[in-house]
Amino acid sequence: MPFILRRLAFYIVAAWVALTVNFFIPRAMPGNAVQAIMAKFPNLQPAAYRAIQAMLGVGHAGSIWHQYGNYLDDVVHLNFGTDSSQYPASVASLLSATIPWTIILVGTATVIAFLIGTALGIIAGWRHGGWLDRVLPGLMFLQAIPYFFLALILLEVFSQRFHVFPVSQGYSGGLVPGWHWDFISSAIFHSLLPAFTIVITSIAGWMLQMRNVMVTTIGEDYVIAAQAKGLASRRVVFTYAARNALLPQLQGFGLALGFVVSGAIVMEIVFAYPGIGLLLVDAATSNDYPMMQAIFLVITFAVLLANLIVDVIIVFADPRARVREAVR
Amino acid sequence: MTVALPISTEPATITDKQPGRWRRMPAKAKAGAVLLGLFALAAIIGPLVSPYDPSYQNPAQSLSMHAPYGAHLLGTTQTGQDVLAQLLMGIRLTLELGLIVGVVATVLAVIVGVTAAYLGGIWDEILSLLSNVVLVIPALPLLIILLGYLSHKGQTATIIVLSALGWPWGARVVRAQTLAIRNRDFISAARETGESTWRILLYEIVPNQVSLIAASFVNTVLYAIGASVALAFIGLADLNTWSLGTILYWAESQNALQLGAWWWFVPPGLAVALMGTALVLLNTGIDELGNPRLRDASSASRIAGHLIRPTDPTPVLHEVPDERGRIGAFLHRFSRASLLDEPAVPDGREDAR
Repeated sequence: MPFILRRLAFYIVAAWVALTVNFFIPRAMPGNAVQAIMAKFPNLQPAAYRAIQAMLGVGHAGSIWHQYGNYLDDVVHLNFGTDSSQYPASVASLLSATIPWTIILVGTATVIAFLIGTALGIIAGWRHGGWLDRVLPGLMFLQAIPYFFLALILLEVFSQRFHVFPVSQGYSGGLVPGWHWDFISSAIFHSLLPAFTIVITSIAGWMLQMRNVMVTTIGEDYVIAAQAKGLASRRVVFTYAARNALLPQLQGFGLALGFVVSGAIVMEIVFAYPGIGLLLVDAATSNDYPMMQAIFLVITFAVLLANLIVDVIIVFADPRARVREAVR
Repeated sequence: MTVALPISTEPATITDKQPGRWRRMPAKAKAGAVLLGLFALAAIIGPLVSPYDPSYQNPAQSLSMHAPYGAHLLGTTQTGQDVLAQLLMGIRLTLELGLIVGVVATVLAVIVGVTAAYLGGIWDEILSLLSNVVLVIPALPLLIILLGYLSHKGQTATIIVLSALGWPWGARVVRAQTLAIRNRDFISAARETGESTWRILLYEIVPNQVSLIAASFVNTVLYAIGASVALAFIGLADLNTWSLGTILYWAESQNALQLGAWWWFVPPGLAVALMGTALVLLNTGIDELGNPRLRDASSASRIAGHLIRPTDPTPVLHEVPDERGRIGAFLHRFSRASLLDEPAVPDGREDAR
């Protein structure tokens, strides 16, 4: 069985674990979610109990295994129930309206941060002890700033004070979303500051990691040999050192994705960006349980899918892996 | 000393005076330790010496969002509360949460990591699979759901939830290191002298990876502080207590920045960032202490040259020896590490045990 298929199996197991955790959380939590909602809205009639149960999907008849089967069936059919805060819109329709915003913004910004960070890491590792190395404590500080905090400061400076960037939302009011230039340019313009926030706060992590791998790789015999036979240093850096240092970096990219996405989620609420993070936080603060659970699944699946893509890239990027795959 | 080695490369001054332990610490570690010490000091004595109760609302109209001055060194909030008092209390609560989560999650990580590597075989594969699964599931959305369902979102609930999700990365690092030292001579010697497995684990294996465990602890504290502040900022915390996250929550909900009250919003955020920087610096120092090769590097350096954060995979310090059982080998095939296996070994059939 090729590596990719085996990894696919692993991600399916991980997805199943996420699904199962998601199923049991409402059932295992202390207290009763239905009673919690009833307590929050004192003017609900006692008869509403059943309705809330149905909404949360906790009052189903039948054994827990029967419920579990129904739940898996619902997920497969993308039936996440009806949203309680934007009744009667279905959760799936609300999700499909917000997912593209987040994927484009967070995805693009993360890839940009990864590329710039890796490039800077190559330089810092090669010029070990140079000026780029000396600014690393400053970069650690940038890395330690919470995403949302930097977002608010940037928003205050660039939007409120200098009016360079729009204050919030994903596009200018009055525009109809669609494939025309007015909308697209407006959407790009609105995404610049959020994307900048993601890049600034996550770039240092990629850079530090790449730099450290580079420092070790440069000490390897084959790099010294390449230098000794007089190859141009550009060739030594990129073809010999960076090429090999890139593989751990790619693996790190896959696993760090979950954290980057988590940070970006909180950042979205600062910009009132119409993405999935804003939806999740709104759902969490308004006790919109069906929405919360569906978003958790969507984010998890997206991260798993991205990891699978990273695995494919690793197989293509690592000649050793390619050879082993061929032998198998 | 009369026949001193003529070709000694040692500088002569070194024999004169050995600098103290503190002096020999890498500069970054010192900076991190000092910074963290200041925060710890602020957390311990700050709320005791602070002249105001952080929750006390001064009814004077003129003290609503007053800029910093003599009596209120960091100004006041909308309701006339002293920001400095809140900040000191916030540093205490946030640091306390970070440290407790760090201890609990690190203990879990050591237990899982050491058990997996020492028992090996099927246990190793099951525990590794478990850590990999928990690691790949994005933590913050899960945290949001878990806390969203809890009716009482206090400090304890946050600590439990963060600890429950914070261990797998440390477990991977500890496991890799345990594998690396498991077959060393001193472990075999201990086994030959008849020491019990527990004793070997506690007195031989764990002490030999203290620097790794310390690094894991520092990173977990970093993760806990970051996650708890983010969770509090979106309102998933006990909003009647003063942690750095809840201060930011209230400042944001009262539009502190838009109204120009930077003294309300900037200090708590800066405190979080500085605490994070201190922890990263400290971690760098720990690594440089443990790995002399990295000491000359004027910057961050990590185990075997890899930067390791909760987000990162463990560098393969030691290849897993080929002594897996049938099921163990089967499970291993689904891990990313299996990419580097030698293809010549027939799958699962070479049962070494």
